[in-house]
Amino acid sequence: MPTKQAVKKSTGKSGSTKKFEAEAINKKLSKSEKLKLYKKIVAIRRFEERSLQAYNQGKIGGFLHLYIGQEAVATGIVSLMEENDHIITAYRDHGHALAVGMTMNECMAELYGKYTGCSKGKGGSMHYFAPDKRYWGGHGIVAGQTPLGAGLAFALKYKGLKGCAVCFLGDGAVNQGSFMETLNLVSLWGIPVVYVIENNGYSMGTSLKRSSAEESLAKRGEAFGIEWSTCEGHDIFEVRSAANKAMTYARDNLKPYILEIRTYRYRGHSVADANHEKYRTKEEIENYKKNKDPINVLKTKLLADKTLTEASAKEIDREIKAEAEASAKFAEESPYPPKSEITTDVYWTVDNDSDNQLKGTYFFND
Amino acid sequence: MIPTINLKELIFSTTRKRDTMALITYREALKQALAEEIERDENVCIMGEEVAQYNGAYKVTEGLWEKYGDKRVIDTPISEAAFSGLAIGSSMLGIRPVVEMMFMSFSYVAFDQLFNNASFCRYMSGGLMNVPIVVRGPANGGTNVGATHSHTPENLVANHPGLKVVCPSNAYDAKGLMKSAIRDNDPVFVMENTLLYGEKWEVPEEEFIVELGVANTLKEGTDISIISHGRCAMIALKAAEILQNEHAINAEVIDLRSIRPLDEDAILNSVRKTHRAVLVEENKPYCGVDAQISHLIQYKAFDDLDAPIHRVSAIDAPQIYSKPLEDWQIPNEQRIIDSVLKCLA
Repeated sequence: MPTKQAVKKSTGKSGSTKKFEAEAINKKLSKSEKLKLYKKIVAIRRFEERSLQAYNQGKIGGFLHLYIGQEAVATGIVSLMEENDHIITAYRDHGHALAVGMTMNECMAELYGKYTGCSKGKGGSMHYFAPDKRYWGGHGIVAGQTPLGAGLAFALKYKGLKGCAVCFLGDGAVNQGSFMETLNLVSLWGIPVVYVIENNGYSMGTSLKRSSAEESLAKRGEAFGIEWSTCEGHDIFEVRSAANKAMTYARDNLKPYILEIRTYRYRGHSVADANHEKYRTKEEIENYKKNKDPINVLKTKLLADKTLTEASAKEIDREIKAEAEASAKFAEESPYPPKSEITTDVYWTVDNDSDNQLKGTYFFND
Repeated sequence: MIPTINLKELIFSTTRKRDTMALITYREALKQALAEEIERDENVCIMGEEVAQYNGAYKVTEGLWEKYGDKRVIDTPISEAAFSGLAIGSSMLGIRPVVEMMFMSFSYVAFDQLFNNASFCRYMSGGLMNVPIVVRGPANGGTNVGATHSHTPENLVANHPGLKVVCPSNAYDAKGLMKSAIRDNDPVFVMENTLLYGEKWEVPEEEFIVELGVANTLKEGTDISIISHGRCAMIALKAAEILQNEHAINAEVIDLRSIRPLDEDAILNSVRKTHRAVLVEENKPYCGVDAQISHLIQYKAFDDLDAPIHRVSAIDAPQIYSKPLEDWQIPNEQRIIDSVLKCLA
């Protein structure tokens, strides 16, 4: 097992210069596996760009929290999921959804509020779910998913299954009471959950410095006796390297782990956040895009090891853009759910009462 | 005070006569339900503050930890949000936790988990998951502990589609409803009552359940319907006896047992027979359960009514500490009798 020091040494400060692709967990990746990672990252980017376009056209309502800039985090971690691993996240959930294999069509249709959406148009942007892919949402309340993630891992331990739950949260969520309560509980009970803090530096419009008294968020784990480490989130190989250690540790030791990943979102908190160039500088955004863009970082590495060529990268991009475009068309052409759907999927027992055995009134509409 | 005379026979006149009956407390009935369900299903476990080694703050789980061990009966830290959420998350993978709130008042600390996550995850996923948890604990006033420990949030729970809520008024229902709640595939709140824990009723020794959504006619009558739930149903029954003996009024007493789902037919059939209704609950009146029942009756049985619907609720203020005043603040026999006489005047 890696000690705390070993884990920290392998990640952290030396991040940007270290060749994480040379580590065993990455070295074993075949060309096609690396290509798959690249396609996922590009797919998340292009899907969200297309969804933004639809939002700006007024075709998508509500909130749209874009993941652009953070794609390597979800993609890298999902690529490490084993048979009994589960994931859960908050409302910036499109990237995780596509990473686990949800289709652009069902995701886009959900944004449009259509019946063909992954939640039949009942959940929207913040509430994507795919239990068959061990993806448990998509949760709208900051840190509300953190005890749920503990519960998924508790269930694994209860059933004697070797695995872990990875629960993603943002840098704003660490200041919610429910998260701190949960950290104590998972350490006390020995629950194999990995909390991945996707630290993009801003909880909505409030910078990390203005919201957290101590800059290292993962370090809070020490108060609860929880192992922790940090890494950078722009290089998918670094993410995989750090997350593999965290997830392996949780699975092998039946213990929680906190991994803080420093990342960045290019867009506002949500699309409705028109102020996002006021609480941070244009230069800050441009600098990240120029030097740490997760697509470019991976592309450069895959060009170097000849997994990609400029031409094949271009072709991938073209294909994925077409897929995103097709998903928008699919969503537009899909029907809205019928009105009768308002009162289905509320109660399991009502939905499964084919024999009319249920007693009493469940819905109170005149 | 809790009525004890004659009432047991009244309640169970309709239960199976063949069954062997045992006189047990409401607390014991709950414990039997928990133990039987733990033995029936390996995924059923109990978690909450002091439920295991301390034997339960109100001794409902007494002896269960000793018998079933750490895996099935789990002490938690004082972290309602964390352990409620953990229970919900685990239920998504098939665990069926029974979460004890030492007081249902403490569920407010876990509001997001219980009222967003337990209630809406199924809906927001378009029916891809379900949350088979039970949240149980005492939800009552009348215990001289002030406003923060005296909530009766069945109205609050019932206001969240996706949640179910039952309020057993006696040991038979406590056992039968608890077993149904644990077997149910949706989140169910079981609202217990500390003032009932020590009271005894006859309960069959054979296995039985009480289905959700079925009310119980505690006493048949012809002059007026007293519709109630939880401990108030027992107080209503006592008031009905006094009305019968001292005022020659033959009141029918309906115990709703289940708030959501709700047995509308039992309510409407009774009102169609008696043409008058007094609704009794320990909730505060504004947006209480009986506000909905009142609406239901006027909407679906308007022409059957001979008088306005009357309500007896907790007097509309935070729960007062001072004992004699609190006893007056929550419904009692006298306030019910006054209301019935007014409704019949």
